Parts: sequence; structure tokens; C-alpha cells
Amino acid sequence: MKRNFFKSQHLLLASALLVAFSFASCSGGSGSGGGTDSTSSSSSSDALIGAGSTFDNPLFSKMFSEYNKINGLKVNYQSVGSGAGISQLTNKTVDFGASDAPMNGKQDSALAAPALHIPVTAGAVVLSYNLPEIKDTLLITPSVLADIFLGKITKWDDPKIAAINKGVKLPPTGIVIAHRSDGSGTTNIFTTYLSKVSEEWSSKVGKGSAVNWPVGLGGKGNEGVAGSVKQTPGAIGYIELAYAIQNNMAFAKIQNKSGNFITPSIASVTAAANITIPADSKISLTNTDAPDGYPISGFSWVLIYKEQKYNDRSADRATKLLKLISWVIHDGQQFSSALNYAPLSPNVVSVGDAILKSATFDGKPILQ
Amino acid sequence: MDAPVEKDMMTRSSEIPMRVINSAKASEVVNTIKRIKRSYRQIRTENVFKKTLVIIGLVMVILVFGILLTLVVESLPSIKALGLKYLWGKTWDPVQDVYGAFPFLLGTLLTSFLALIISIPFSFAVAVFLGEYYPKGWLSDFLKNTVELIAAVPSVIYGFWGLAVLVPIVRSFESKIGVEPVGVGIFSSSLILAVMIIPYAASLGRSMIQMVPSQLKEGAYSLGATRWEVIRSVIFPYTKSGLFAGVLLSLGRALGETMAVTMVIGNTSIIPKSIFAPGNTMASVIANQFTEADKPIYVSALIELGLVLFLVTVIINVIGKKIISRFTNE
Amino acid sequence: MSNLVKYRIAKSSALKIFTIFLAFVCVVPLIFILLYIIRAGITKINWHFLVNIPKPVGESGGGIANALLGSMIIIGVAALIAIPVGILGGIYLNENKKSRLAYWSRLCVDILQGVPSIVIGIVAYFWLVKPLGGFSALSGSVALAIMMLPIIIRSTEETLKLLPDSLKEAAFALGMPFHRVILKVIVPCGISGILSGVILSVARIAGETAPLLFTAFGNPYISTNITKPMQSLPLLIYNYATSPYNDWLDLAWGASLILLLWVLLLNIITKLTTRRWKVQL
Repeated sequence: MKRNFFKSQHLLLASALLVAFSFASCSGGSGSGGGTDSTSSSSSSDALIGAGSTFDNPLFSKMFSEYNKINGLKVNYQSVGSGAGISQLTNKTVDFGASDAPMNGKQDSALAAPALHIPVTAGAVVLSYNLPEIKDTLLITPSVLADIFLGKITKWDDPKIAAINKGVKLPPTGIVIAHRSDGSGTTNIFTTYLSKVSEEWSSKVGKGSAVNWPVGLGGKGNEGVAGSVKQTPGAIGYIELAYAIQNNMAFAKIQNKSGNFITPSIASVTAAANITIPADSKISLTNTDAPDGYPISGFSWVLIYKEQKYNDRSADRATKLLKLISWVIHDGQQFSSALNYAPLSPNVVSVGDAILKSATFDGKPILQ
Repeated sequence: MDAPVEKDMMTRSSEIPMRVINSAKASEVVNTIKRIKRSYRQIRTENVFKKTLVIIGLVMVILVFGILLTLVVESLPSIKALGLKYLWGKTWDPVQDVYGAFPFLLGTLLTSFLALIISIPFSFAVAVFLGEYYPKGWLSDFLKNTVELIAAVPSVIYGFWGLAVLVPIVRSFESKIGVEPVGVGIFSSSLILAVMIIPYAASLGRSMIQMVPSQLKEGAYSLGATRWEVIRSVIFPYTKSGLFAGVLLSLGRALGETMAVTMVIGNTSIIPKSIFAPGNTMASVIANQFTEADKPIYVSALIELGLVLFLVTVIINVIGKKIISRFTNE
Repeated sequence: MSNLVKYRIAKSSALKIFTIFLAFVCVVPLIFILLYIIRAGITKINWHFLVNIPKPVGESGGGIANALLGSMIIIGVAALIAIPVGILGGIYLNENKKSRLAYWSRLCVDILQGVPSIVIGIVAYFWLVKPLGGFSALSGSVALAIMMLPIIIRSTEETLKLLPDSLKEAAFALGMPFHRVILKVIVPCGISGILSGVILSVARIAGETAPLLFTAFGNPYISTNITKPMQSLPLLIYNYATSPYNDWLDLAWGASLILLLWVLLLNIITKLTTRRWKVQL
């Protein structure tokens, strides 16, 4: 018995020392943790790692699961947020990032090497409201929308709203704005749209994934906003199309650039995305020119390094990554509609193909 | 205290061999050598053990300074760009690159102290109930386990519950007292926080109260004191530093609590006008915006918020320590 | 009996009733929460749920095996790091009340307690993930261990402080070396307090999402390699709870209930162990 105790005691000491030293060493190294570059990367090619947009997550989960059934390749995608996806790509901790907003100049300059944007899907933001008295679908024009979110229209029976919705008996309820509190691609699409249609919004608030809201309540995630809208009579908030459809929430028709009031749907989002896009695919779909396109919609992109030879990546890993993305924009699109994502139109797919072909490994193109 | 023990062992082990050689029994010699070896080993182990303890003590300091250093290094860009303005800037607008932390500083202090004020009567009641009134029995077991479980429930679950159950209740309360009935806000998050921090003060308070020597209590009873008078004049004075430490533990938890607060506080960067208004705490801003922060300066400003939060907890802890040591000295 | 005595007795009883009332009001929110989670989660849990990995959206069924296993591994490794360090730290603080290092050390433990989880997550990312160039379960464990440390240290110190000095003096008088006095006499005497601190620390980190987000990262498949990304229950709940799809919401509610039950089980286990220890003493 004594013996046993002795042994366990030594074990305890030894483990404690080991742990203490490992702690001390990793604490000591923290001083240089500021701007040093990463040395080794996830070199084993058993699984590709991606991170970014929460919006893409359900679609990616379906696509990658299907791809796993076909090719046996495991793809680990985590929805940490678009901004975090970009910074993970910058830090080279992932194989690909995913973002609902194209990278801006500052982000590009933070990258060690140029990155490629490949559009993978499109989504829409809808305006959901809680007005139990109203049975008809509400119509909203861009200027009224901006005024509501700027806090200039505060009652539902405001003459400006009544002028669009003739014949609808609007209640004298106060308007409660619900917006996302967490930074999100949804917010980015919505504020980009408002900035395009309203001078005042553009100068006062601007566009971004988190803005300084003039009025309203913040809710965390789609669910937070939906919760605020559902619980508060007179509330209006913006949420993802898929979320609104799945939860049977009432949402408004928005007037687009051509003057038509458009119901948000997969078809109207695909229509919005069916336009000529530039060769680098970095374009905002908000306030689309398409006459039957829903105006508050946007692409989501996969981001990869143009030159795939970095750290100690193998050519095999790079090829697997490129093949995966190519599959996503072709065969993978069949899974979009069922999940309320808008499939890419053929001209977008061809732009995506061209971008993928420009990716290289050690200077040589990967896909033919 | 330990030195004599060591010395004693040394002399003992050096005396033994003489006696052993005389008796000339081989097995005994072997045994004795084993014993000597064990003694030396014990001394060595003792030294290693003491050094380990000191190293662990040092590791704690290194850990905290490491965290501080990392936070400072990572928030340097924002410190350089914004300077001290950051602290009392009243606007937080990532789009225009204007970062002012004052609304969040205020929100954090408001929610934490409000939660503390709400929770103290409850946690002390639990402590007194379990420590003094009913230290044994199934009812107190039930209460003790339940209160401990409060600390165990993950904060994200508190958030969901708060959003689904508490916020509507607060909303109807708000419409009754005539403030804008939004439900979410400083008040709701303080309520949630108050529930979450009860166990911290309660469990420490309970063990402190149980430690009060029974002679003291019996002395007071024999002088004719009632139960309550014993609690007020014997137990509370005897345990006040412990009770206060528990309150500090609770405050520490409240300051840093993230998920539950984020879900019910309303998350606006506007300075709260009343305790029913929506607001934001430092932790909730980080949780809300860190993942989508898309500019280096933005990320850096959020990390600086973490740094400020870190420093605020340091200050509160130092003040708390001072008060505790004053209490115990009296 | 004089009126004053009557008044004092009445006051005492009234305050007793008031205290009991306040104490039991604390239970109400917890019961609400438990009922809420059980109602939402109970129908989702079955054997299939426990041994399968999540299905993508649009396919019903699927389970949380990857998160269950991952959570156990991540928390286990964290506990392996934090328990010895934490208990020794508590012993150190209790044995060295006056030294300068102990003062700073104690202060640092207090500070560590107040650091919000997301800050620890960020720091762990800069310490482990970025220099090593990849996410790993181990980095998540380290982040969680840092969060466990102050609770274990404080509870160990507080417990040991309560033990009478005579106990230690008696052991020294018998000629026991320092480490044996501590490990064989002092720690076993305070083991129930120390264990409750350990459990409290595990309970606190079991539901932490923020420190794992940028360290353990998550994984849709089962993984047991602690140098690779790994899924965990809170991450799974965090990711699925705000999604629009009912299949995923079901997974999140089921996982929430499992997480709660797990914490409950943990508490019961501690209760049993501490009781056994008490009997032995």
C-alpha cells in the first residue's frame, strides 16, 4: 500500500512538473505572438479545412457531405463568420475561407499573396414584420425603407407607408426596429443596399457587417432578430430568406430599380444574380438592374490563394481543393434550391470556371 | 519548521548502520540500506515538491502577464491610432473607423452592479439557510444541489431561456410601469446575471458560516440571544471577509459573462438612458463583432476592449483584496 | 415573557421564514430552465442520436457522437492539465501566505477568474494556433484549462485554509516530510472541498463556446486526434441553434439537454465521491 502511494506520488510530481514547464514555455513564447508568420501548416491531407460565412454553412454541410459520399474526401467547414474566415485565410490556418462580402483593399493588402474570389451561391435578405392586423403583404419602397431604419418614420400609419399600401388599414402602432447585433453578412448586404438607395443612409451610417445603428434593438443571430420581431408587436427586422421561409414569417415585397414590387424567392434572387459579372466576380447584387430581380440579395464567395504552394502544402492537397470548389459550382448547385439558396446562373458559373483555372501550384495551372 | 525534521532523519539513518553491522544479519542490512535510500529519496522529493510549488506560483504570474502582453501587442494598432480618446469616446461606428468604448464600459458596470445588488439577498439567504438553519436533511441537500446546479448550467442556455421566458415577463412589467416595452435591455440582463451568480457567493458563504465555532454561537445563545441575533451579531461579523470574497467572486463572474448577456441586453451602441434601455457590455460587443470584424484596426479595437475589460477586473480585484485584508485585520 | 422578548422571538422567526423564502426563490428559475430544456430536447434523444454524426440539412436524423466524444476528450485533457496545476497552486498559496511571489500569484489567480472566456479564446489563438499553423483540440483544452485554474486554486486554497493547523503540526511531529504531510494528510482532509472546486470548474467550462471557437474549431466528423480540429457540444449548439432548419434546431435542443444531463451527472458523481471520502476519514 505504501509502495503504491509512493508511485502515485511520483507520478503526480512528474506530471505536475511537465505541465508546469510546458505552460511556462508556451507563456514565454507569447511575447513574440504579435506579428510572426506561421511556419508549418496543416500538412496532412486527410481533411480540407475551411472557415467563414455562417450564411453558407447549411449549404456547405449538405454539399460536403455529398462530396464525401462520392470522393471520400472529408471537408471540415466551420461557420466562424465571414470576417474571421478572411483573417483565418490571412493567417494561413485554413485551406479556404468563405465570405458574404468581397475582400476590400485593406484586407487584400493584409494578405501575403493574392487571393481568388469564386462565387458559390446567392442569398437574399427579407424584411419581416409583426403586424397581426394586416393580412395583405406589405409593399415597401427603398426610400421608405431607409426612412424607417433611419428612425424618421416611427409609426406604421405614416402617410408615406399608407401612400404605397393603398387600401390596407395600417395600425397606429409604433415601429420597433430589430437588427443583427453580431457582425454578419446579412447586415452587410442590407446596409450595402440602403447605402445605394439612400444618400442620407450612405453618409450617416454607411455599409458594413456591423454598423452604428441609429435606432432599434440588436438580436444575436437570425434567431435573435426573429425572436424580437415575433415577440414585439409593430416590429420590423431583416433576416435571411431561408430563415423566414422555414419559420413561416411574413415578409414585405420590395420595389426594385425597375419599379416592380418583388417578392423575395429563390427565383427572384437567381434573376437578380443573372447579370453580367466582372472577371474577378467581385460585384454586389444589391439594387440589381434585372427587372424581376429581388433588390436585397448578394453572392457568397469562397476565397483561396491564387498561388497554392505556400507553407508545406502538397500539390495533391491543392488539386483536391480546386476539384472540390469546381464541383461546388457545378454539380453541387443541385442542392441549393431545396435549402432556399439560389443556384448560380450559367454565366456566373463560367466566370467561376475561369477564375478557378487561374489558380496555380508553383506557377503551373492546377486545373486544365 | 521542516528543517529539524530533515536533520532528525539524517542522524537517525547514520546511526542505524552501526547497530546493524553488530547484529550481522544480511537481510537486515539490505532493509536498512533500503530505508536510508528511502529517507534520502524523501528529502529529494521534498525539495522537488517545494520547487514545484514555487514554479506553479510563478506560472500564475507568467500566465496573467502573458495574457496582458498578448492583449497589449494585439491592440497596439488601435492604441496608436485612437489613443486615450478610445475610453471616453461615446460613438462606436466601425464603418467610419470611430471606436469609443464608453457606452460599453457603462453598460458593463451597470449590469454587473445591478445584478450584484439583486443577487446578494438571495445568495446570503441560501448561505444562511444551508449554513445555519438547516445544515442537514433532504430539504437542504435539495437546495444545496440545486443552487450548485445553477452554476453548472451553460450560459448559452441561460441566454435562450432569458429570451424565451424572462424577456416577455420584463416586457409586460415595463408596459405596466410606463417605459418603452422592449423587454431586452440592461434590466433583463441584470436579472439573468443575478441568477447566474447566486451560487458563487452562496457556496462560499455557506462553508464560511458552517465554520463558525459552535462555542461562539452557544455562548450567545446562553446569553439569551435569539436565532436571528446570533446570525446577525455572531455569524455575520465572524464570516464577513468570506461573505465578501463570495460577493467578489460573483462580481468577477458577472463582469466577464458573455453569451447570456449578449442574448438579452439588446445590443445597441447607444449610451443607455435608463436601466430598462437596451445597451451593450464589453464582453457582448466582443462576442457579437469579433467574428465578422473585417479590418485590422477593427479587430484591434475589439481586442483593446478585451484589454480594458481585463484591466477593469484587475482594478476591481485589487480593490477587493484591499477591503478583505482590512476586514481581516480588524 | 416581556413584550421585548416576544418581539425579539417574533422577529427571529419572521426573518427565518423570510430567509427560507428567499433561499427557495433561487430554485425557481433553475426549475423553469430545466423544464424548458427537457421539454424541447427529450423527444430528440435516442440511441441513434448518441452514436451518429450530424446529417447535413435536409436529411432528418443524425446525431451528436462527434461532439460528445470531442467534448469528453477536450474537457478530459483540460482537466488533466488544470487539476494538478490547480491543486498544487492552491497548496502553494495556502503554504506561503506572506511571500511576495505568493501575493502576486494570488492576485493573478483572482485576475484570471475575471477574464472573459472570449479573451482567453483570443489569447489561446495567438499562443497556440497561429504559431503552430493549425487548429487543434489541444489548444482548446489549454484555453479551457486556463479557465479552470482559478476556480480549482481558489477552492483548494479556501478549503485548506479551513483545516486546523494542529493537523499539520501533528503530522510534522511524527517526522513526516513536508510533501507527505501535504499530500497524505492535508489534501485528503480537504478533498471534498477540492473536488467540489474541480467539479465547479468543469461545470463552468463544459458549456463554454467562445474559447473553443478559434482553438478546437469544430469538426463534422469523429476525430480523436488532439492535434487536429475537434467538435464539441457547446460549439455544435452554438452553430445549430440559430440556423433556420428544424433538423438542426432539433440537434441543438437534444445536445443542450445532453449537456445539461452531463453536468447533472457530474454533480451526482462528485456528491458520491465526496461522501465516500468523508466516511473514510
